[in-house]
Amino acid sequence: MTIRWRDYPASGVFDELVTPGGRLRPAARTLGNRLSKLSDEAIRQRKAAADLAIQTMGITFTVYSQKEGGSIDRAWPFDIIPRVIAASDWSRIEEGLRQRVRALNLFIDDIYHKQKIVKDKVFPAEVIAKSRNFRPQCVGINPPLGIWAHICGSDLVRDKDGTFYVLEDNLRVPSGVSYMLENRQVMKRVFPGLFENYNILPVDDYPSQLLEMLISVAPRTVKRPEVVVLTPGIYNSAYFEHAYLAQQMGAELVQGSDLFVDDRDRVFMRTVHGAERVHVIYRRIDDLFLDPEAFNPKSMLGVPGLMRAWKKGTVTLVNAPGAGVADDKVVYAYVPQMIRYYLDQDAIIPNVPTYRCMEPDDRKFALANLEKLVVKPANESGGYGMLIGPQAGRKERESFARKIMAKPREYIAQPMLTLSTVPTLVDSHAEPRHVDLRPFILSGREISVTTGGLTRVALVKGSTVVNSSQGGGSKDTWIVDETGDA
Amino acid sequence: MLSRVAENLYWLARYIERAENTARMVSVNGHLQLDLPARARTGWEPLIAITGSARMFRKLYRAPSEKNVVAFLVSDERNSASIIGSLRSARENARTMRDIMPREAWEQISGLHALAARQLKKGELLPDRDQYLRSIINGAQTITGLLAGTMSQDIGFDFLRMGRNLERADMTSRIIDVRSADLLSDQGGGLRPFETIQWVSVLKSLSGYQMYRQHVDQSVRRIYVLEYLLKDEDFPRAIFHCLGEIERCLARLPRKQKAIGIIRRLRRAVSDADLETLEQRNLNRFIDDLQIMMGELHDCIADTYFRVTAPA
Repeated sequence: MTIRWRDYPASGVFDELVTPGGRLRPAARTLGNRLSKLSDEAIRQRKAAADLAIQTMGITFTVYSQKEGGSIDRAWPFDIIPRVIAASDWSRIEEGLRQRVRALNLFIDDIYHKQKIVKDKVFPAEVIAKSRNFRPQCVGINPPLGIWAHICGSDLVRDKDGTFYVLEDNLRVPSGVSYMLENRQVMKRVFPGLFENYNILPVDDYPSQLLEMLISVAPRTVKRPEVVVLTPGIYNSAYFEHAYLAQQMGAELVQGSDLFVDDRDRVFMRTVHGAERVHVIYRRIDDLFLDPEAFNPKSMLGVPGLMRAWKKGTVTLVNAPGAGVADDKVVYAYVPQMIRYYLDQDAIIPNVPTYRCMEPDDRKFALANLEKLVVKPANESGGYGMLIGPQAGRKERESFARKIMAKPREYIAQPMLTLSTVPTLVDSHAEPRHVDLRPFILSGREISVTTGGLTRVALVKGSTVVNSSQGGGSKDTWIVDETGDA
Repeated sequence: MLSRVAENLYWLARYIERAENTARMVSVNGHLQLDLPARARTGWEPLIAITGSARMFRKLYRAPSEKNVVAFLVSDERNSASIIGSLRSARENARTMRDIMPREAWEQISGLHALAARQLKKGELLPDRDQYLRSIINGAQTITGLLAGTMSQDIGFDFLRMGRNLERADMTSRIIDVRSADLLSDQGGGLRPFETIQWVSVLKSLSGYQMYRQHVDQSVRRIYVLEYLLKDEDFPRAIFHCLGEIERCLARLPRKQKAIGIIRRLRRAVSDADLETLEQRNLNRFIDDLQIMMGELHDCIADTYFRVTAPA
């Protein structure tokens, strides 16, 4: 009897499974009771079973290490206590995500066409003029169905009172979905009994939904589109995921050198059967490396002429080049306005309050309150280049103040959020650890949202950094339908 | 199947086979030197000739001494055809195909490279050398066996088999080429008794001595050994057999006409060769012709399947 929820240390923030009084929340009751009946030994066995499953399933992520001679594959750190969300709570979030991505796609399409939102003075021209991810090459292009961000990974966090907020939208090449799928596989091996008695909604139809979406955005004239996954190769940290998704969809996993564009602007892949037409490319390479003719001439990863083919409409690129214009934390700050402008609705999921340093009032406030705020560069991901005010020293804050004043467009500031926690196994008892959630939203002929998403957990006590490259792990995420609870 | 993947499989098999062949050749040559009297010793230079790397060797070393030649063939990273170089290339090839190849095979390949690299010095020095070389041979054979036993025998497997057999045929032809000339130059020097020992060593360097004894009702003599290594249909390292394997692989592939044409020419050349009347000079020319045709075959496979440019 090693997990006692009455003794679970409440940390003054919102815990998703346990109330401040030490009681299990309704959706987590079956799980929590089951866990508290396990002996030390039984918990250790489950933990070992999970580790073994991860090893034998080959779930890894790649980190680059000069010391160990290039890149190495690390086993994926995983915690066996799942995060539980009630289906009734989730359906509202799901609706909010659909709304958000619909607005984002309308925004991107507008930005590369008439820029009505700028003309109507809802969105400042300056943000686009100084955007690092705005691609002039994309102006006037009409991708199939008007969709640019086919795959969006939005990071959600919950504050003190349990309210969900969107922290950021990843619209370039968001990763992590394969871990969401694999986490579920591991959990089914570790707690098969729970899945029998609990109404846990399934996640494993993602690959078929992905393939369906990719086919739905193929060039209009093609009857049986050939879909491929384009990877930068084995040294990329998400290579495991690229290979996994390609395999699950039955699509070829290609590298830039496997493809070529002919003089009629059509894309082919080199196979032992000869050159074969390619119609849809799920690319996991950044814009700037896609096509050395159009972008970085030194890129060895891309395919010369790919942009020509895309502009001509002989091939669909997913996500579309230029979609990253909305993957900018300054643009993010305007999403609620976009939802109102394009959809005439209020945002269902709120943004985290955001101070845009480019605006004098916001900047003044941010500079005066650095010790309370988190400052983020507008165009970085993976938690790099941030200032966490309350934890930083005076020197670091001063150096950030100078950076903000030099390039105000490049920074935003947000209040320090107290991320929610989920019980996490430490030795053989449970302690609260901070989590976030990355659901994935697919936009094709229809919009679909993953059931839950990838829960990332900061394994270090008190830490809120959930990135796997910086000590983060993950948990399975259960959306539980209580109405049918057995 | 993607051209890149097919090409990687093809080269993976060649590199593994090359490491194994080189290990066997070095090991057998060591034994041969011990069996011959000092005046009859062939030395180590022929190994440089067999691997066709005389120019590179001269750039890196002075004398073709045992120490230098063994280092060059076993542990010198600068020589990409050395055992360590071949295994490193094999590992790099396998690394890009981890999603295609059975996991155990990848682990074995990576493990063999690690083992070879860890014990590199032992491969150069006599007391430990044989054991080192044997572990390379065993490791390579394990990989070949693992792949045969765990990988789907689809188009990809055909490329693996073609790479292995072309590398084998090439090695056998090189050994015949160099060794037959070597041995001839000793003629008339009163070294006749040692000729047999040397032809036995030729067979051994191709793992063929035992099979030869079982299948050839003759003593070990030049003509019969040549006949066996060139024309036997069943011995896995006989050129005729290797060519047959490649032809069977090609038969299952698309767009094969040209390559099949080359292989038929090759097989005819081998089966038509009249070894009885072939003098040494003509034998060398004959082997040269075979090697040119094998080069053509490689180029044809590469052009057809690996360097795809025109729409089908």
